[in-house]
Amino acid sequence: MAQFIDMPKLSDTMTVGTLVKWLKKEGDVINAGDMLAEVETDKATMELESFFAGTLLKIFSAAGAQVAIGDPLCAIGKPGEVVAAPAPKTAAPAVATPVAPPAPVAASANVPKPASLPAVPATAPLAPEPAPTVGRVRISPLARKLAAEKKIDVTLVNGSGPGGRIVRADILAAEKNPPATKAGSGSTFTGGALSSRGPVQEERLVPVSTMRGVIAKRMLESTTQIPYVYLDIEMDAGPLLALREQLNTGLEKEGVKLSVNDFILKACADALRRVPAVNASWEATHIRRHGAAHVAFAVAMEDGLITPVIRDAHLKSIFQISTEAKSLGKKAKEKKLVPAEFTGGTFCVSNLGMMGIPKFTAIINPPNAAILAVGTTVTKPVVKNGQIVVGQTLTVTLSCDHRVFDGAVGAQFLGALKTLLESPALLLV
Amino acid sequence: MSKKPSAIADTKSGAAVKATDYALAPINAALSSPQRIELYRTMIRIRRFEERSLRAYQGKNVSGGTNIGGFLHLYIGQEAVAVGCCSLMGKNDHVITAYRDHGHAIAVGMDTKPLMAELYGKITGCSKGKGGSMHYFAPDKNFWGGHGIVGGQIPLGTGLAYALKYQGKKGAAMAFMGDGAVNQGAVHEAYNLASLWNLPVVFVIENNGYSMGTSQARSSAGQLAKRAEGYNMTWGQCDGHDVYEVRALMDKHLTLAREQSRPSTVEIDTYRYRGHSVADPDNTYRTKTEIEEYRNKKDPIQVSLHKLLAEGVLTEALADKIDAEARAEAESAAEFADASPYPTPDDIQKDVYWESDHPAERKSEGRLFFD
Amino acid sequence: MPQITYREAIRHALAEELTRDPNVVVMGEEVAQFNGAYKVTDGLLATFGPTRIVDTPISEAGFIGLGVGASMLGIRPVMELMFWSFYSVAFDQILNNAANVRYMSGGQINCPIVIRGPANGGTNVGATHSHTPENVLANHPGVKVVVPATAYDAKGLLKSAIRDNDPVFFLENTILYGDKGEVPEAEYVIPLGKADVKRVGADLTIVTYGRCVIHSLKAAEVLEKDHGISVEVVDLRTIRPLDFDTVLASVKKTNRVLIVEEQKPFASVGTQLAYMIQREAFDHLDGPIHRLATIDAPAIYSPPVETEQLPNPARVIKAVLAAMA
Repeated sequence: MAQFIDMPKLSDTMTVGTLVKWLKKEGDVINAGDMLAEVETDKATMELESFFAGTLLKIFSAAGAQVAIGDPLCAIGKPGEVVAAPAPKTAAPAVATPVAPPAPVAASANVPKPASLPAVPATAPLAPEPAPTVGRVRISPLARKLAAEKKIDVTLVNGSGPGGRIVRADILAAEKNPPATKAGSGSTFTGGALSSRGPVQEERLVPVSTMRGVIAKRMLESTTQIPYVYLDIEMDAGPLLALREQLNTGLEKEGVKLSVNDFILKACADALRRVPAVNASWEATHIRRHGAAHVAFAVAMEDGLITPVIRDAHLKSIFQISTEAKSLGKKAKEKKLVPAEFTGGTFCVSNLGMMGIPKFTAIINPPNAAILAVGTTVTKPVVKNGQIVVGQTLTVTLSCDHRVFDGAVGAQFLGALKTLLESPALLLV
Repeated sequence: MSKKPSAIADTKSGAAVKATDYALAPINAALSSPQRIELYRTMIRIRRFEERSLRAYQGKNVSGGTNIGGFLHLYIGQEAVAVGCCSLMGKNDHVITAYRDHGHAIAVGMDTKPLMAELYGKITGCSKGKGGSMHYFAPDKNFWGGHGIVGGQIPLGTGLAYALKYQGKKGAAMAFMGDGAVNQGAVHEAYNLASLWNLPVVFVIENNGYSMGTSQARSSAGQLAKRAEGYNMTWGQCDGHDVYEVRALMDKHLTLAREQSRPSTVEIDTYRYRGHSVADPDNTYRTKTEIEEYRNKKDPIQVSLHKLLAEGVLTEALADKIDAEARAEAESAAEFADASPYPTPDDIQKDVYWESDHPAERKSEGRLFFD
Repeated sequence: MPQITYREAIRHALAEELTRDPNVVVMGEEVAQFNGAYKVTDGLLATFGPTRIVDTPISEAGFIGLGVGASMLGIRPVMELMFWSFYSVAFDQILNNAANVRYMSGGQINCPIVIRGPANGGTNVGATHSHTPENVLANHPGVKVVVPATAYDAKGLLKSAIRDNDPVFFLENTILYGDKGEVPEAEYVIPLGKADVKRVGADLTIVTYGRCVIHSLKAAEVLEKDHGISVEVVDLRTIRPLDFDTVLASVKKTNRVLIVEEQKPFASVGTQLAYMIQREAFDHLDGPIHRLATIDAPAIYSPPVETEQLPNPARVIKAVLAAMA
């Protein structure tokens, strides 16, 4: 029996390989350990080693071909054996899904091979086609006629027939539950988080608002077009909280209340001054280094989020930053921000600390090169002077655009940030 | 050509003279002069009709279109057979033949205008333009077609005889076929049934020596009519150039059928000058010399003409007049055909079912036709 | 009302028409002295004599052509094909002559013949004896095709067929010959081209004919009882002319169709029906038109397997469930 040599996985991120050139030809005698071909992976060009001895009977992939892992490259066996090219195992080369995991540099998801299509038996009964994609509603002629008569929008109706086909029963059900609701729900919405019976929510179709649409588009662009690096650092929040308390007590009479975030915004601006490579933008043919640190901060709203900008944060005091942040935040929630107030940032801070999240990663707002995700302060055992004591830590995570600066630079930035926040009096200077 | 040689001697006049003078046979001796002339006239009318239809087939009409489409199987050279046989028909005798049916149609008395119009596919045709050359029918003249499938008409003819017998009518069915048809299975089945059931049918084999391009020698094992013996039927054979000879033999067989309700087979040797159909390249299977020989020595019209001239029944002048009239008749038929309208698309689905043609008497329901 | 068999019903129809019209002649192999290969003509020779009941040699082209020729002169032959499978040896006479002479003669002739005999599989007689050529026959304008499923229908339809002035092809079923049914003693005829709703239903229409009607009715019982599906069974009775109005009305009522036919699938009767239904009832269809036919291979001999090759109640049930999806 001939031995098939498939495209091997030559790197942990490889999904397809390019057969650069064959080092042996059909008919050659192969010994175990011989190199058969040069294969280019996503990382480097490697040589393909044969584990089998025999005659190279048949080459299935020509030089230059891109072959998915597991697909056959050649067959080795006894001379004269007849070999037919086996069907490729994969339907198409697997593409790494753009998942951004909270893990260090250069990891990518291990994507399982897509299952190959089963052979259709010659006399297989007709199987319903899968439901069509956007643009075509699958519906029986009768149902279509009824829908027209009853003025029901078929694009809002769920089909219960084969392949998702809308049939008469579905139209009649939709008639009972008008088009705003999906057909077939049947039960009445009892609503409320406390209700233990009834549906999770009122089933309905929510139109995509402009903001949601923009967020969706920009987040997708950001995650698919930027090569991310994630760095997190844990810092001692004690000094920061102490300074804050001290300042707030002193300024109480004047109605000033500084938040942890205000300090962080100030610290970021100062850290950007110390590691200015982070305060930049990728512009394909050059990197724009920004002179000012316009620090934005994420504000959650009812159906989305927005990032108002503190302009020239590097020149402002914590108090100034705090005041501005409060005012912008209020305006943001009231949807009263003007574009000048939420565009032009060079760096962004996203804080989920008030929601109890200890650590997370954020998505960069293009054209920024980084974003800082701030977690909540956690009371936990820490080591101080060789002793385990109760401490308060704060973890921040920097998402970096690896095109603009490398991990080491990001680490420098975080180092600077940590220094500033652990010695927060530096922020007052 | 390997046919049984007939006893024919050449004469100076070019006419064929047989050792036996069939004019003397009682069935012929009893003919009056007008009747004899009528035999001659019918043959000439057939000839001129055939010639005119050939001309129409080969030419174009005034609009530049086809006059006659499809097949055209000409009877030229065989006239004495149809005329001789059909002239013997009584009121309970019936005729059926294959696709070389123009001669029989004229011989039973069909008007040539609708015959020509049928060739032209006009609604005034004898089959309303629906049949064409191969499908002439005249039930009122006891003529049942006009059939396209070789040998397919023979069981039908046997059925005509069966009906006559069943209805207690004293009559005979003449079922014509060509020399090629004798090898069709249906013919054998019909022979067996006819003989087994004593049906009054005369199976007439018009042997013109060729079934399309294949000579008898290359088609048939053994003598054609003699196969009747295998079915306990008597058989006869004669030449088909002399209408009297045809009549003489056929009379015997028709009598056998009518009187004794016994079938029999008759082989009549004849010849066609034209090809199987007009589109037939007949130089592939016979020589011009052969054709000429028949034309010169055995042409049935010539034979008859000379006989009638000799008998003093015809004069040259009268013969010319008859000929002129025949040509004029054919010409007139062509004019009639040319001037007639075609059927309309609405006519396509008429004449399919008796019931759809007689809606007032229709008993069935539902759709007879589909889209 | 008396219960007689399908076979007897046909016999009675023949006897009545032989009595009524002296031009009627019954003709075929073994119809007289043998009393019929399937005993359909049992006793007729004794009653009507050898002129009216005629044994033929094994000569389908011959005697059917003879019958066609005789019909042109007014005889009304009722010719038996021992199996409709034998039609192919007489194809020219049946589908060239009987079907066409009226047309080719411009309407001067008509052929009031009947050809009758069993057309069915299911009796393990093999591929050459199991043909069901109603689709082939019905394809020819000029002919009529009848396929009765019950004794009552067989008698009424055969009488109409014999009285009909056009060629009528009457397709029986050896398996149905023994089926008993209520048949009135008083004379009645059933017009050709009239379908019969054998079972009223609401959820799905089965359009069918012949023995498949019996299968469908059995299946409908089970579907009602075990699946709560209400099936309407429309028995075409005549293929051509076709009572399409009854089919249409049923489809418009139930909106789902299953055609059940003992036919090989390609270009079957059901194929024509499916075209017509989707063409004329398109907006009334809540799903595609389904069709259960004979499994597409020559008739197998092996007895239990032939049952599976043909439609049967179990296959009908499955098909209805699939059509209801």
